[in-house]
Amino acid sequence: MPREIVLLFFVVCAGTMGELCISRGMKMVGEVRNFSPRNLLYVILQVIRVKWIWLGFSLEATAFFSLLWVLSFANVSEVVPVTSMSYAVGALGGKLFLRERVTRERWTGILLVTVGVILVLIGRS
Amino acid sequence: MKSHLRVKTYFAILLMIIFGPLGNVMLGKGMKRVGEISVHSPAQIFHTLVTIFSTTEIWIGITFLITFFLTYMLVLSWADYTFVQPSSSVSYGMVALLSHFLLREAITPLRWLGVLVICLGVFIVSWTPPRTTGGPNAA
Repeated sequence: MPREIVLLFFVVCAGTMGELCISRGMKMVGEVRNFSPRNLLYVILQVIRVKWIWLGFSLEATAFFSLLWVLSFANVSEVVPVTSMSYAVGALGGKLFLRERVTRERWTGILLVTVGVILVLIGRS
Repeated sequence: MKSHLRVKTYFAILLMIIFGPLGNVMLGKGMKRVGEISVHSPAQIFHTLVTIFSTTEIWIGITFLITFFLTYMLVLSWADYTFVQPSSSVSYGMVALLSHFLLREAITPLRWLGVLVICLGVFIVSWTPPRTTGGPNAA
C-alpha cells in the first residue's frame, strides 16, 4: 500500500505539474495562429528553447513510467479513478502557480472527486 | 450547433470515452504480463524497459491513448471545451466497467460508489467556465 500511494502521488503530481509547466511554457511561446508547415517548424524551434517545456516533458515522462509501474501490481479500476485527483492538484497549482481564479462550483466538484477517491481507496475487495 | 456538427461531436466523444479507458485497460493488462518491477540496478531497469516495450498490449494501449488524444484535439477544433470536457467524467465509469468485464477485477459496492462520486465531481469541475483569469468569458 505505501509503495502504491507513493507511485500514485508521482502519477498525479508529476503529471499535473508537467501540464502546468507545458502550459506556462506555451504561454511564453504565444498563441499559434498560422498552421503552415514553415510556421509550425518555427514554433517547434521556439518551443524546444523554453526550459519550462523540457521540465514539463520530464515530469510527464516521470508520471507515465510511474503509472506503468503501479499498474504492474495494482488494479486498473483502482489506479485510474485515483488519478482524477489531478483535478484537485491542477486547481491548486493553477491558483498558486498561474494565478488563476477557481470558482466555488469548481471547488465543489474537486471536493466530490476527493471524497470519491477516498471511497475507491477504502473500498478494497 | 448545427445537426451535422452535433452528430460529428457525439461520435468523437464516443470514440474518446471508448479509446481513453481502453488504452488504460490495455496498459494494465500489459503491465500485469510484465510483472512486478524491481529497480535495484541500472541493468535491471534497462531489462525492464526492454520487456515493457516488447509487450504487445503496451503498444496497443499507447496506440489507443494516442487515438484518444488526437480525437480530443480534433473535437476541440470545432466544439466548445465546456461541451466536450464533461464527457471525460464518463471515462472513469467506463474504466471501472472495462476493468471488471475485460480484466475480471473484483469491484466492491463501495468502490462503485466512489467511481460514481468521482464521475459527478469531474462533471461539475469540467462544466464550470475554463477561463477565469479575465476577459469577456471571465466568471
